[in-house]
Amino acid sequence: MSELAWIDAAISSARPQALAALLRYFRDLDTAEEAFQNACLRALKNWPTNGPPRDPVAWLVLVGRNAGIDEKRKTARFAELPPEEALSDDGDRETELVEAIDEADYRDDVLRLMFVCCHPDLEPTRQIALALRIVSGLPLPRIARAFLVSEAAMEQRITRAKARIAVAGVPFGAPDAVERAERLGAVAAMIYLVFNEGYSATGEHVAERATLCDEAIRLARLLLRMYPTEPEIMGLTALMLLQHARHKARHDAAGEMVLLEDQDRSLWNRGMITEGLALVDKAVRHRAPGPYQAQAAIAALHARATRPEDTDWAQIELLYGALERMQPSPVITLNRAVAVAKAHGAEAALDLIEPLGERLGAYFHFHGVRGWLLKQLGRKGEAKEAFNRAVSLAGSAAEANQIRLQLDGLERDAVEREAGRRG
Amino acid sequence: MLYAILCYHKEDVVGAWTREEEDACMARLASVQEKLAREGRLGPVARLLPTTAAASVRMKGDDPLVLDGPFAETKEQLLGFYLVECKDLDEAIEVARQLEIANPGGTHELRPVGLYSPVPATL
Repeated sequence: MSELAWIDAAISSARPQALAALLRYFRDLDTAEEAFQNACLRALKNWPTNGPPRDPVAWLVLVGRNAGIDEKRKTARFAELPPEEALSDDGDRETELVEAIDEADYRDDVLRLMFVCCHPDLEPTRQIALALRIVSGLPLPRIARAFLVSEAAMEQRITRAKARIAVAGVPFGAPDAVERAERLGAVAAMIYLVFNEGYSATGEHVAERATLCDEAIRLARLLLRMYPTEPEIMGLTALMLLQHARHKARHDAAGEMVLLEDQDRSLWNRGMITEGLALVDKAVRHRAPGPYQAQAAIAALHARATRPEDTDWAQIELLYGALERMQPSPVITLNRAVAVAKAHGAEAALDLIEPLGERLGAYFHFHGVRGWLLKQLGRKGEAKEAFNRAVSLAGSAAEANQIRLQLDGLERDAVEREAGRRG
Repeated sequence: MLYAILCYHKEDVVGAWTREEEDACMARLASVQEKLAREGRLGPVARLLPTTAAASVRMKGDDPLVLDGPFAETKEQLLGFYLVECKDLDEAIEVARQLEIANPGGTHELRPVGLYSPVPATL
């Protein structure tokens, strides 16, 4: 790896912590970002000659603070800091300094930085864009590409979102236990949004948008390093790892979705699966169940099955039941119905979903699942009707194609039956 | 003499590598290992998953106390290890030098192995 690539990786990994600390000093996102940019420029000049510092975060915080103070000609009194030339070859000193400044607040700094991105006034896509720009530091063109919009449009979106949170104000008080838990919950939801934005991609954009999944996993690992005993953060990280492990098997060459049971499981990423399973096991020991853990446990059961027919559907049904109690939703019931069908047959599953028709009548998957169940029960006419309904509600060509395959299956059955009758 | 060469690195920096950098680094490491394997000097090699997946156990009375995370919170984390046959420290340093060139930015600890039994002789 070239020196520059190493410096790049060091800076981008240091970004969330360094920027978070600078945000606490300057109490203003723009000033903190400017100070961080300045520190990065100096790092690019300084590190190749002096060698990379032992602690890039500490270096960037100190230099960024100095730069920010110069820039703003702040009158506030800060402790005298050593010049940056003295920092690189004096690892212990810089570390001591930053530990003296930070230690206790470090993790809450990072949490705060993530938390400002998930302000409830910001619609989800803006939260995601902001987090990718501010916390991850992804370059604007890459974020724009991931969202399939122009750079100008993305820049405007981010500028507006920033203006919105500047008005709302950044919460600078040290959070108490309840606030911390609330912030963790909001940040976890935001990270999962980032993930799903990438995970839901189909067609030609799959590869570009997979970046978002990698980025979400990175953010979750960062959060977990700061809060290593939070079972729901373990659950969230595991859930994303276990889902993203299937990345290479989830789409065919044309970018079309491949259903779980049709996926080539040898393409699943074993490293991610192992990491996800280890995290699920760790989380369960805390005996504090939560929605991310339940979903991760479901994903873990799929990951553990070597072949589709080895899947422990009875256990999956129980987990969906638990998830339903934690966050009641017809969509979760629909998912449970699939497990019920696999474990106990289509009849029981159909009984379970019929009452959902009123609330899920406009939902593509409801009609897809219903058609699938009716088909298994041999009620072909009703199945065809349900599939047609699903096609009309499909959100993408890929979704519609999935259902058309089912319809083709019905037709083929009919033709074969016809042929059988004649022959 | 058998050496355990322990690779310490900042895991968040390694985690920030792009996929291309990651693949390139693994390819460079593979070529160092290949040479050692051809010379019959390479033992087991392991790459460890992030410390966030780690748990540590110590006894509290008669019960195991399970702690989340690695045993020691350090600036650099143990990310993997190699077992390599080296006739002396100089040779081990040379291997570490090559590994360091292939995977720069970290630290390689050279630790002579006292007992090595892939399958314990008593089993």
